[in-house]
Amino acid sequence: MDSVQIYISLFINGLALGCIYGLIALGFVLIYKATEMVNFAQGDLMMVGAFIAFGLIAGFGLNFWLGFLLTVVFMIIFGFLLDVVVIRRLIGQPQFSIVMATIGIGYVLRFVMPYAFNVEQIAFLTPFTGKAVQVAAMTLDAGKLAAVVGTLVLCAGLYMFFQRTRIGVAMQAASQNQLAAYYMGIPVALIFSLIWGISAGVAAITGVMMMPIANVMDPSIGFIAIKAFAGAVVGGFGSIPGALVGGIIIGLVEQFSDYLLAPGYKDIMVFSVLLAVMVVRPEGIFSQMGRKKV
Amino acid sequence: MTFFKADKLAIHFGGVKAVDGVDFEIAEGEIFTIIGPNGAGKTTIFNLISRIYEPTEGQLIFNDEDITNTAPHLIAGRGIARTFQNIELFEQATVLQNLLIGRHAHRSGNLLANIFFLPSTRRAELAHREEVEKVIEFLDLARYRDQRIANLPYGVRKVVELGRALCTEPKLLLLDEPSSGLNVEETSDMAFWIKDIRDLLGITVLMVEHDMSLVNRVSDRVLALNYGRVLTLGSPSEVQSNEEVIRAYLGG
Amino acid sequence: MRFVFKTRYEQDLRLWRHKGDLIGYGIFLAALLALPMFAGVYYVGEANLWLIYSIAAMGLMIAVGFTGMASLGHSAFLGIGAYTHAYLLQNGVPFVFSLPLGGLLAGAIGVAVGFPTLRMHGIYLAIATLAVALITQEIMSKWSSVTGGFDGLPVAAPDFLSIQSEAMYQGEWFSVGGLHVGWTELWSPVSLYYICIVVLVLAALIARNLLRSPTGRAFVAIRDSEISAQSMGIHLAYYKTTAFGISAFVTGLAGGLFAHQISHLAPDAFNIFISIELLLICVVGGIGTIQGAVLGAAFLIMLRSFIPIMRDEVTAGAGGVEMLGGLVRFVNSPGLEAAIFGALLVVFIIFEPMGLYGRWLKVKTYFDLFPLYKKSTFARQKSYVKTERLR
Ligand SMILES: Nc1ncnc2c1ncn2[C@@H]1O[C@H](COP(=O)(O)OP(=O)(O)O)[C@@H](O)[C@H]1O
Ligand SMILES: [Mg+2]
Repeated sequence: MDSVQIYISLFINGLALGCIYGLIALGFVLIYKATEMVNFAQGDLMMVGAFIAFGLIAGFGLNFWLGFLLTVVFMIIFGFLLDVVVIRRLIGQPQFSIVMATIGIGYVLRFVMPYAFNVEQIAFLTPFTGKAVQVAAMTLDAGKLAAVVGTLVLCAGLYMFFQRTRIGVAMQAASQNQLAAYYMGIPVALIFSLIWGISAGVAAITGVMMMPIANVMDPSIGFIAIKAFAGAVVGGFGSIPGALVGGIIIGLVEQFSDYLLAPGYKDIMVFSVLLAVMVVRPEGIFSQMGRKKV
Repeated sequence: MTFFKADKLAIHFGGVKAVDGVDFEIAEGEIFTIIGPNGAGKTTIFNLISRIYEPTEGQLIFNDEDITNTAPHLIAGRGIARTFQNIELFEQATVLQNLLIGRHAHRSGNLLANIFFLPSTRRAELAHREEVEKVIEFLDLARYRDQRIANLPYGVRKVVELGRALCTEPKLLLLDEPSSGLNVEETSDMAFWIKDIRDLLGITVLMVEHDMSLVNRVSDRVLALNYGRVLTLGSPSEVQSNEEVIRAYLGG
Repeated sequence: MRFVFKTRYEQDLRLWRHKGDLIGYGIFLAALLALPMFAGVYYVGEANLWLIYSIAAMGLMIAVGFTGMASLGHSAFLGIGAYTHAYLLQNGVPFVFSLPLGGLLAGAIGVAVGFPTLRMHGIYLAIATLAVALITQEIMSKWSSVTGGFDGLPVAAPDFLSIQSEAMYQGEWFSVGGLHVGWTELWSPVSLYYICIVVLVLAALIARNLLRSPTGRAFVAIRDSEISAQSMGIHLAYYKTTAFGISAFVTGLAGGLFAHQISHLAPDAFNIFISIELLLICVVGGIGTIQGAVLGAAFLIMLRSFIPIMRDEVTAGAGGVEMLGGLVRFVNSPGLEAAIFGALLVVFIIFEPMGLYGRWLKVKTYFDLFPLYKKSTFARQKSYVKTERLR
């Protein structure tokens, strides 16, 4: 392979990984925008989604697409219930306590999933696993392309949902001004639960998309959310396009520094980029943060 | 000499001209009130004076000095203290601690003296405590001294916030809606205190207030504001009979 | 509530609130000092871990509990303290200098980290410190000439104090209660134990002194409302940096002690989970209180040694029973310990946000007021999502 091809494939790899980061980031930015809670368990929700899909597809032998769909439905319900049963009770606590609580939830999920499925690692076949697509002189990995295309489709879908449906608009209203929305008769508590549901659904989709990229996953796969956080901050915490763009930037930085630098330096590079952005432009690329109004 | 002066003060948030070229001057010893419908820009003026917001344009003069570029944490030391419309107390701390924080601008000594709690720190603490006790007595807060703010009713919190501002020993006191959320009795206490603050402590008061009876009782001059612009300035009765002000309140 | 008659303002500046408190702390300290005379070396080792975690958590408490700055990076400060101390010891610097130097370096790095991140709000700081923790760990494994890389760094035993339960042939000064104290290089957990107590008392004093002085009040003010802190004259950047620096310093001191506890340093000993454990201690113990750090650490250490015991008991008891196979698998699954911690964290935050120390205060108040105690004394006000951002 000549160097141009290497760079193109690095780019595609980075883009695919970045899309995964971007979607995880999107999940917690959705929650953050609406409820001002920061969900450190978002990566673990992705892991739960992947395990469920594994159970349905590899365990029960369901058709991939059917299993995928059921996983998403199940995760939406799971996210909804998580809010109703646990998260809702945290409202009014300091932000830090909520972060700690979601870290706690992550711990529990990382234990429960492998126990429930009685496996340490999961792998299931997707229509993209091991396939390649020929573009001009390049051979591209189908799983990675699917991740990129899937991200685009999902984002378009979410965009339509928030712009066009009544419930989506109500969610926007609730996230802009809770109290006003409440007075307008929008059931804010229900909306919050729905947002957790959607966020968990996005996590499930991310988890399935991750499968052909990762080949095998174990419960600790959720830790990649740390890089998704980095992406969200780089993009401008609280901004949805920022989450995606930031995630992709982090994915690209990771892939390129993995290739260009000595082995083992890619994480240092990723987090250095994060710190640099925080110092130079703390509001991120798409600035969203403001100050509390008094 | 100029005690306090806002000169062509303006701030724009994107397209919103929250304050749009406001001029006014306050004389030492005055009780000066800003009125205006919701969203008129009253709180924003306070935030500009306490330097939380950067003005888009204009100047702030206090004691003949330009404070337009003073860092926000230095404002208290210059002699300007404030309360907040929605009470910004230190919730998990006691009343006493809140008031002591009001003494921050007058602290002395360095970090190491604090860490080792040297005799100098102890002496300074006792002196601060005495000042705070004066305020406690003045506002009749003795009962609540050791209670945490989170456990106090709204009316008391309002008084504590006033007390905290007094502890900074201000020359100019900014009160953002001092009577909002108070019942009739508490409002009348508040009116007495505001008058006493001026008469006994000699502190100039700039306040934002909606309750016109309170405004009439205590204010020397009133400035009416709408959409970030001055409608009129004058005595309470003049302002209240002003056509434009009446129309602004009726939403015309 | 016991009513304390106060006749002088100085009473509020004391280290304790009333005589009962003073006696309580006195008994506690005496019991601590006497422990190695009764307990075996194994328990002294566990107690060391408890004391070290208490100190580290006390440091974290200054940032998280007093100032409201969430840090996921304190594993790094623990590590910096540990590596610096071990490296200096190895190069012949005496213990009494190298331990504080480790703390100071951690503190300096804390300031360096804190400073640029100050403009940011809660969650940003958490993510920035997380990044610092991960980078620090990478550096520990890559900077082999100093840290020994993955092979790690052995920790030299200090040579100035030895406390043993067996008689010493040389260098013995005196013996008390079965403990032989001497100036030799015979190092034992008991020696470390007493050093830990000294550092713990110092750390508690620093924290308490801060709290009763303007600096600590400024921290608390920043925690509860940055905007009004600022308009009271508090320089946010200065005090946040200071808080973070002191916090990192104290945790760095704990790191130096921790180095002796584990006796061989490796980068993995300072992973991000240590940060989370320290945060857990703060939350479970009682956020914003000094006592909470000690109580929370005790809780964590006890739970940690209890879980394996329970695991063995369950496995032995139910091992042969077919029906209980799931249970056996449950207790033997990896991650159980972490899951229990996680669940407890959630339970505490929901049901006892004031932590163990808060619970203790309630119990005490209950008995002080008996039979007049009202549940509402400590009731939390109903609250809404308090916005931290401008819309
Ligand atoms: N930080 C800000 N960003 C955007 N708009 C703001 C900000 N602060 C105030 N405003 C707007 O400025 C106007 C005046 O607000 P304010 O001064 O709070 O009114 P009031 O007179 O009721 O105190 C309002 O339209 C408000 O929405
Ligand atoms: Mg207002």
